[in-house]
Amino acid sequence: MAKSVKVYSTATCPYCKMTKDFLAQNNVQFEAVDVGQDKAAAKEMVEKSGQMSVPVIDIDGKIIVGFDKKAISEELGI
Amino acid sequence: MRTHDLVIVGAGPAGITASVYAARKRMDFLVITKNVGGQAELSADIENYTGYKFITGPELVERFKEHLEQFNIDIEEDQSITLVEKSGDVVNVQTEEGRYQARAVIVASGRIPRQLDVEGEEKFKHKGVTYCATCDAPFFADVDVAVIGGGNSGLDAVLQSIKIASKIYLIELGSQLRADPIMVEQAEQSEKVTILTDTKVERIYGDAFVEGITVSRAGERKDLPVRGVLVEVGYDPVADFVKGVKKNDFGEIVVNCKCQTSVPGIFAAGDVTDVYGKQIIVACGEGVKATLAAFDYLSKLES
Repeated sequence: MAKSVKVYSTATCPYCKMTKDFLAQNNVQFEAVDVGQDKAAAKEMVEKSGQMSVPVIDIDGKIIVGFDKKAISEELGI
Repeated sequence: MRTHDLVIVGAGPAGITASVYAARKRMDFLVITKNVGGQAELSADIENYTGYKFITGPELVERFKEHLEQFNIDIEEDQSITLVEKSGDVVNVQTEEGRYQARAVIVASGRIPRQLDVEGEEKFKHKGVTYCATCDAPFFADVDVAVIGGGNSGLDAVLQSIKIASKIYLIELGSQLRADPIMVEQAEQSEKVTILTDTKVERIYGDAFVEGITVSRAGERKDLPVRGVLVEVGYDPVADFVKGVKKNDFGEIVVNCKCQTSVPGIFAAGDVTDVYGKQIIVACGEGVKATLAAFDYLSKLES
């Protein structure tokens, strides 16, 4: 079964866009939340990652901070 | 190993524009870079690139990429460049991933944000301390923040924060702000902004996240309770891997008006050089000059 992928981002963040583009290019389904708009999601992201910069990618509970293409690829097997 | 005519290191505005010119000249070349876009992608609002009264950094980079992609250019992305050095008649380019050789190289590796170098900075990196206002400013909704640095990047961070944060302290070490007056005026007009000049950041404090900064002005220390620290105190050139070329005191590669370095065959363009004016539009122009000069250099080698 496909892993559940959640991307915490902000509207203006270039690395967030790169992350989402990368996932889309690899046909990965993901949920995107804008932590600039959604304060509950922002709080959740800080709790999960222990830090406050975007993007944060949650892949089945594994937390990746930043557009780390290698880590994301490894986690998703792409 | 195949020897290319030209390797372009970096693909920000300088490298991309150099590549467009090289492609149109049908040169045998390769682009080696960490990413395509560089610092331009991190600019929020750009209002001084001719032809666009207003465009965001990511949008301008998107246009650059479209322009680049119409040519069939070999681009090696995600590369960490470790060495550019002339050896005999060729220039060696090494990355963590591979080795390349060319008769000419254009170094367009740009620059990266400088650290503040104060107590607490390392500890609170990404825990309230950020070097990318464009990325992280939305995170400081309805809290107080401090922007460190009164140049254009600092003012850019202030103007972005006005829409988001409750209160913004702008801290400048010098006696006046160096940013364009049009930006300073916008900041001064906002009731949210407090400008502190002649002010030094002494430390960043907090527990798990930033809770404030201690600043000093004329020997007097005071704590500012802020949750975000947006550092915009200048940049350092990404040039350590370029060996044998002359650099200035800031570590920038010294170039002449043809973008030639002190080593024949190694050219440099844009923010990594000592060129006057670290601007996107200047970097683009420098990229053009570098390719034209490299083309000329290569044609003379053959004759």
